[in-house]
This record gives sequence, C-alpha cells and structure tokens, in this order.
Amino acid sequence: MNARLKNALAAAALTAVTSLASFGAAAQDTIRVGYIDPLSGPFANVGDAGFKHLLYMAEKINSEGGVLGKKIEMIPLDNKSSPQESLVVLREAIDKGVQYVTQGNGSHVAGALIDAVEKHNRRNPDNAVLFLNYAAVDPELTNEKCSFSHFRFDANAEMKLSAMTDYMAEQEDIERVYLINMDYAHGHQVSRITKELLAEKRPDVQIVGDVLHPIGKVKDFAPYVSKIKSSGADTVVTGNWGNDLSLLVKAGADAGLDVDYYTFYAGGLGTPSALGQAGKDRVYHVTEWHTNLPVEEDTPEMGEFSDAFAERYPGIDWYYNRLGTQMLMLKKAMEEADSTDPMEVAKAMEGMEMETPYGTVTMRADDHQLLQPLYVSVLTEGVEKDVENTGLGFKTVARIEADDTALDTTCEMKRPE
Amino acid sequence: MLELITFSLINGVLYGMLLFMLSSGLTLIFSMMGVLNFAHASFYMLGAYFAYQISTFVGFWPALIIAPVLVAIVGAFVERYMLRHVHQHGHVAELLLTFGLVYLIDEIIHLVWGRMPVDYRIPEVLDFTLFSLFGIGFPAYRGFMFLVGVVMFVALYLVLTRTRVGLIVQASLSHPDMVDALGHNVPRIFTLVFALGTGLAGLAGVIAGNYLITEPGMGWAMGPIVFVVVVFGGLGSLTGALIASMIIGLVTTFAIGLNLSLADLFASLGLEITREAFMADLWFLELSRIGPILPYLLLVLMLIFRPRGLMGTRET
Repeated sequence: MNARLKNALAAAALTAVTSLASFGAAAQDTIRVGYIDPLSGPFANVGDAGFKHLLYMAEKINSEGGVLGKKIEMIPLDNKSSPQESLVVLREAIDKGVQYVTQGNGSHVAGALIDAVEKHNRRNPDNAVLFLNYAAVDPELTNEKCSFSHFRFDANAEMKLSAMTDYMAEQEDIERVYLINMDYAHGHQVSRITKELLAEKRPDVQIVGDVLHPIGKVKDFAPYVSKIKSSGADTVVTGNWGNDLSLLVKAGADAGLDVDYYTFYAGGLGTPSALGQAGKDRVYHVTEWHTNLPVEEDTPEMGEFSDAFAERYPGIDWYYNRLGTQMLMLKKAMEEADSTDPMEVAKAMEGMEMETPYGTVTMRADDHQLLQPLYVSVLTEGVEKDVENTGLGFKTVARIEADDTALDTTCEMKRPE
Repeated sequence: MLELITFSLINGVLYGMLLFMLSSGLTLIFSMMGVLNFAHASFYMLGAYFAYQISTFVGFWPALIIAPVLVAIVGAFVERYMLRHVHQHGHVAELLLTFGLVYLIDEIIHLVWGRMPVDYRIPEVLDFTLFSLFGIGFPAYRGFMFLVGVVMFVALYLVLTRTRVGLIVQASLSHPDMVDALGHNVPRIFTLVFALGTGLAGLAGVIAGNYLITEPGMGWAMGPIVFVVVVFGGLGSLTGALIASMIIGLVTTFAIGLNLSLADLFASLGLEITREAFMADLWFLELSRIGPILPYLLLVLMLIFRPRGLMGTRET
C-alpha cells in the first residue's frame, strides 16, 4: 500500500510541477481570468457550480476562435469564503500575471477585493487588474464604494427589491407582510429596503413582523413559523438563501402556513431540490434567468445552450446566466478596445451596450452596474423545462425592462487620466 | 400568550427529542469507551444518505431498519481496523483519528452523491396533519420522530441497566482485566458498543434527513450542537443527555418566541434606556435574534460553574 501511495503522491506532485511550468509558458497567448470563490468548505458546492459556468463559457468562446486570437484560461482560486484568504490568492494571481478576476459569493469579500484591486491599480498603473463581480449584491459596491476597476453584472439588492415590490404593489391580496432575514449585512439591507419601498408603493400594506436570525444556526424553523402564523401575515419577504431558505419554507409547509414567499435565491444550486413540493406555487424570486425562460421568451438557442450545460455537468443547471453575459461583454470590450490591457478594456466596457437573447443590456458608465431585464417568477408545476429534475419549474409573472431596473447612484467615480 | 407557550412547549420538546436522538449514540460511546467521537455527526449524515439510497429502491420502511444497520457495520469496521490500532496511543490519537474521519466521510459523500441536496422524502403514509392548534398544523411525521426518540431512550436505558449485556459492557470500561479474566472478549464488546453508538447516529439520520435536508453540509451543521448537548448533560450520562436536549430545545424555542431585549427588562424595572444610550445595540438586541446561539452560551456557563455537566460522573 505504501509503495502505491508513494507513486500516487509522486504523480500528483509531478502534475502540479508541470502545470506550474505550463503556467509560465502560456502567459503570452492566453487571457487569464482568476476565479476567487469558495472551492472547499461548506459553500464549496456554490463555488464549484460557478466555476463550471465559467469553464463552459471559456470553452465556448475559445472554440469560436477565442478573443483577438487568444484563448481564455480560467484559473480557480479557493478563497474559503474569507476576505483575508481572497486577498492572499489575489496577490498570488497578480504575481502569476492574471489581469482579470471574478468573484460573487459574499459582498464582504467583494468589498475587500475592490479595496485591494483599487490600491494595486493605483500603485501599478501599468499592470492593472479588473474585478468582474457576478453575484455580490450589496448596493454600496456601486454607490459609496464604487470603483473604476469594478464591474457588477448582477442586479444589486436594491434593484431586485425594487422589481419585487413593483410586482407586489400590484397584488391586491397582499395586506400583511412578514420580514425574516439572516442576521448579517444582506439580511439587514433586505429588511430596511423592503420597508422603505413598501411604505412608498403600498402604504396600506402592514409590516407585521421583522425578524433576524443567525446564519446557518437554525435547524428547526417551526418556532419562527408559529410567529409568522400568529402575526396573521399573508406574505413573507426573505433574503435567506441555501438551507436557511429551504428549511423555512419546508417548516411552513409542514405546519400548513398559507403564505407566499418573495425571495432572492430560490432558483438553483440545490435549493429547488431541497424545497421540493413545499415551495410549489408559493415561492417567488427575482432573477435575470430561469430554466423555463427559453420556452417563455421563445429563444430555443438558449434552451439548447442550457441543456448542453446540464448534460456536460450533470447535477448542475445553468443558473448564472449573468456569467454568460459577463464573459461575452468582456470579449466584446476587448475587441472594441483591440487590446487585452485591463484599463483599455475598462474604458471600452463603460457605457457598453450589448444584445442578448433577452434584450439589450447596458453597463452603466456612472457606477459600473449592469442594467438587464429582470424576471419575477414563481415555482410551479407543469412548466416545460423544470429545474434540477424536480418536476417543478419557474413561471414568469412579470418582466421588468432593463431601463426600469435602473436606480439613482451616489457613485463619484475616480477615473484614471 | 397561551398560544406562544403552547407552541414553544411543543416545538421545544420535539426539537429536544431530535437533539437527544443525535446525541445518545455519542454519549453512549463516550461513557462506555471514553472515546470522544468527533465523527458522530458524519455517521448521522451517512445514515441519511444510506436511507435516501435504500428508499429509492425499496421505500422508507425497510430503509428505517437497513440504513442504521449499515451505518453500524461501518462503525464496527472503523472501531476494529482503525480505532483499536490507535487506542494504545491514548485518547488524543483517537480524537484526531475521528477528526480525520469527518473529512474522509465528507469526501466520500461528495464523490458518491455529489454536492447538492438529494430528494429524500417523508413516507406518504406519514405525510398528513395529525392535529391543528390555533390554526397551525402539526405534521404526523414529527409525532413519529418523537415516538422513535422515546423508544430509543427507554430501550437504551433498559439494556444498559437491566440486562446482563449492559452490565458486562459497563464492567468492561471500569475493570477490563477482570471482565477479560471472566472469559469475555473485551475488544469485541468495544466494537459492539461503537457499532451501536454509530448505528444510533445513523438512525437519527434516517429520521431527520427527510424532515430537514439531506445535503453534504448536514454533518457540519449538527456537529457542534451535539457536543453542546453531551457536555451540558454530563459526558457519558444518557439521562443527562435527555434532560440537556430538552432544556436546549425549550430555551431555543422560547427565546425565538419572545421579542424581549435587555432594554425591555430594564424598562419594566423603571429604568428607561434610549436608542442613544451607550452600547444601545446590545441593550436592544432581541432575544429572538440570538435564540439559536443560546445553547453555546449555556455550554460555556456550564463548563465554568459545573464542569462535569448536569448528570456527569466525572470532570470533562
């Protein structure tokens, strides 16, 4: 056994050495994009799924001739969900010549990366780095903390809530709303912004509860469900994700709680499987994409695309459509700038418009926030393309045009001369 | 108020029973063998995954029996071929070994079942509402979970204190040489105890996996709270674990139900605290916001004031 183990270790070491060596040689003819997200630990499944989306996009772009004759190479960098660790791997990536990094899980991580990239670019203007954010939705990142080196491809929390409350405002039967959120920055924002927006759009709606609970520490949501029930709420708004969302909805279904849930992250990465029947006809979410969209919007090419992805990576659905938009816009900006130099690309990307199967998207120059059409949809039975083989899928109930998702920004962008 | 108390009592006792199911195996292994099994929650997770897999072939009821037995076999294997070898190096080595097992089992589950949750469902016969109180349904499956917990406690208690096997097992821990001299195979008894303990964790997994969510993080989510129960109740005490589970279940659910903060408490004593006060965030922190964290606070207090736990016989 020992001999076999030694052989295996030797082989692994050899692979590591050769891949490091090829790293150096390939530097000139590839565009390296570093992917900084958790690839180990409790959120590894989420980070892993995101990376597969990017690998798939890189493969697609490369097979169509790459960008300016160069290939895109994705480099996984495990940040273990930690801002400190992210800065360490960012430094390593920069030393290896990575000029583009992308990250999504956690606005605290994104905030740390913006600061680090900003500082690096100030000190090394000739060796700049761009940060493409695909999922960190703290509004601050494109307001007070906005940066020339940061581009966000996901609608921020305020934009999503604005779209969601627009739809809620039209629902006459919503009278009593209960807020339940995880006790950290995102949850606090969802609670605060929802209250502000509802007060403005539907002053008659009562907020009958506003609860915060620790992240990932609650196993049994039954006590929360009793609270919701006794408040007489008909609607729950929650920024919860992962198990904290699934367990809440399941506990509600078990107790016969008759409410609708307005959520952010019900659409993929295992949550639909965990929700199952408990979420049927109750769970709404606001996103730029869901698996049934190609059927509804009659875009069969996107249907084929997402089917091919699911076939290539069994167990994962095409979920982050914005990662597709992000990589295509990066390509377009490079071609327009006729350069892969990050600062040139950033200038080209500012204000860039691009056609997608679901309409024109714009990278707003003021704050580097992408404006894209958003969809409010509900988990239900009998849609043509289900999600995660659950038999359930999303049905669009409202489409919000890209322009209508735009909100004012307080960003004062400092641009390089 | 009546509504709040009723629900908190029901929910608290049910949650407590779930915690007891999880921790009984751990406390058993510790009391009999002195091994603090870090991988206990991993066996719980294995139980859930086995039950899911088996139930896709033959349904839930056979899985309820087969899955815990399989987990117990894995446990016996671990004891016989791993723990026994490091036993001579003392408890630290055993602790480290079980710590390594956690990662090993995690990776195996990733490889076999992937990183996403699996669709492990409650059996249809139990998927109905048992009764309704103040408009809130009480699912039959929760009643079933409670029942299994009770049966588990009574059976374990009787076996350990009232049967010959239980007496031999207890004697093997305190006087292994004497038991050996009397002709019993002490190492085999240890293997059996470890298998039983892990089997109980597996059973908890079978029962809780479909009520909660069967996913690769479930072991990590349950690991810490199980240790709180065992340490709080007194390492090695079955009754202690039961009482501790109930206390923790009730404290957590009552805390969630109450929107009380320190500021309210002072106000009732005639002391007004404003939002501008020093450390206002702390004074206005509502109990419901920290409810699920309270068990850990209890753990710390217990270790400070009564290190052997509620019913423990020795210092932790």
